[in-house]
Amino acid sequence: MADHLVTARALTKRFDGFTAVDSIDFAVHHGEAFGFLGPNGAGKSSTMRMIGAVSPVTSGHLRVLGMDPDKEGPAIRARLGVVPQEDNLDIDLPVGENLMVYGRYFGLARSVIRERISELLDFVQLADRKDTKVETLSGGMKRRLTIARSLINQPDLMLLDEPTTGLDPQARHLLWDRLYRLKRDGVTLIITTHYMDEAEQLCDRLVVMDKGKIVAEGAPRDLIQEYSPRDVVELRFPVGQQEDALDALDGLAKRSEILPDRVLLYTDDGDHAASEIHERGLEPETIVVRRSTLEDVFLRLTGRTLIE
Amino acid sequence: MTVVLDAAHYFEARARIYRHVWRGSVISFFLNPVMFLAAMGVGLGVLVDQGSGRGALEGSSYLAWLAPGLMAATTMQSAAGDSAWPVMGGFRWLRTYYAILSTPVRVGGIVRGHLSFQTVRLIFVAGVYALVIAAFGAVPLGPALLAVLPSVLTGLTFGALVMAITSSLRNEMGLSNLMRFGILPLFLFSGTFFPISQLPSWLEPVAYATPLWHGIELTRAAALDIGTTFHPIWHVAYLLGLIVIGVRLSVRMLTKKLIS
Repeated sequence: MADHLVTARALTKRFDGFTAVDSIDFAVHHGEAFGFLGPNGAGKSSTMRMIGAVSPVTSGHLRVLGMDPDKEGPAIRARLGVVPQEDNLDIDLPVGENLMVYGRYFGLARSVIRERISELLDFVQLADRKDTKVETLSGGMKRRLTIARSLINQPDLMLLDEPTTGLDPQARHLLWDRLYRLKRDGVTLIITTHYMDEAEQLCDRLVVMDKGKIVAEGAPRDLIQEYSPRDVVELRFPVGQQEDALDALDGLAKRSEILPDRVLLYTDDGDHAASEIHERGLEPETIVVRRSTLEDVFLRLTGRTLIE
Repeated sequence: MTVVLDAAHYFEARARIYRHVWRGSVISFFLNPVMFLAAMGVGLGVLVDQGSGRGALEGSSYLAWLAPGLMAATTMQSAAGDSAWPVMGGFRWLRTYYAILSTPVRVGGIVRGHLSFQTVRLIFVAGVYALVIAAFGAVPLGPALLAVLPSVLTGLTFGALVMAITSSLRNEMGLSNLMRFGILPLFLFSGTFFPISQLPSWLEPVAYATPLWHGIELTRAAALDIGTTFHPIWHVAYLLGLIVIGVRLSVRMLTKKLIS
């Protein structure tokens, strides 16, 4: 129990008859990066807000840092670092003062905050922006500043809700790198994402959510092994020809998924399947052989893609 | 105790923000009283004083009578504005309230911190008004400064009530309507420019119910050293009661909005 920072049993959240989180169970261990993977509307953010003690639990059991979020919200929030989905920095204040004001909310002394500001701005590579207006920062910089802000109270547990949504690839990789370092330093991370690459890169363990329920749980690699053959052959056919080609693909793969714009063949040997396709005289526009990912796991479990 | 600390921390945040944006508002603090007093007090006042106005104005010149009324009404407007757009920004545009509520600070701290800093701001608004009034020779500096106190109380009443209303709104449409159909009519018809005895008799009780009228009664009494319609303690109690109601409603409405 002591090394569980968060435990949930039959955790449920309802809004006016709509069930956003439907009786889920999970536990987050000390020092791990734990992910909630699922499409928009799966109930990830609602779960996150309950853990963050800003959304009352409808029913079920939830303990965060050993406390009840409905009763001991302020004591829990004092030890959390929250990175929200949408930036909510104070745009009227410069970078440094955003952190100062936020540190004061935790009741920290100004001298302590001042020291942490320079450390944190170094950490998120914004040291030269201390006096810059937040308004003028790029999207990636704002996200990094939000991460610095969430660390001002040296939290035991960080909640990151879709941390890289809307960022360009370079900004994402920079952010991931910073999150790796935090994990290495022993900070426990809880991350929601609808990007399977983000989940694979960052999470030690994750749950796959769909329509308020957890549909699978495990380490990313284990989940992929359990739910999907090793390789995927992605085929794109010229417009209108996909239908005709389907019969000819029979028997090529353990399993196949027909999407509106492409066909996915799941097999343990993708290269072999690809050459077989040519031997059968099929001429798709493109053939890509790749390893299975969490996206394929999600597709297998729900019949839908993560980003639609 | 913790709610006081919460409020103090948010007060500090508001003060820091103000340090960066005050230049934009300070000119209007001076310009507004100068223009109103010149146009209405001096320009229009000469006509009023030459006519039958004096009798209805308890022996004051129109400029002297108008000045404290404008002071209280302007403080009201300033407070209403401060509890409208910045508050809506907190939960709708900038969403900074969500960031604050991720810390140990609670909704009650946001509401009380906001109104505490607003009080400081209103002291400044009314204080500048007092200086301008004295400079116009409408009222001596001493009574003009004394009038700052009831004027700020008036403003804060609206600050608390408007914060509650803003917190219950979904978007800025409601705010424009509140200003147009709530604050502006009050400004015009609650005894700022003419005694409410001039209103049609069926409207008079409505004016009695408006918090601005009570605030103007107190402010004018302080500035002109004249009596109030009811004992001052009732006027003060009415305004204080509304502040308590406004704070409670604000906390309830914002909680409903932010903690869901």
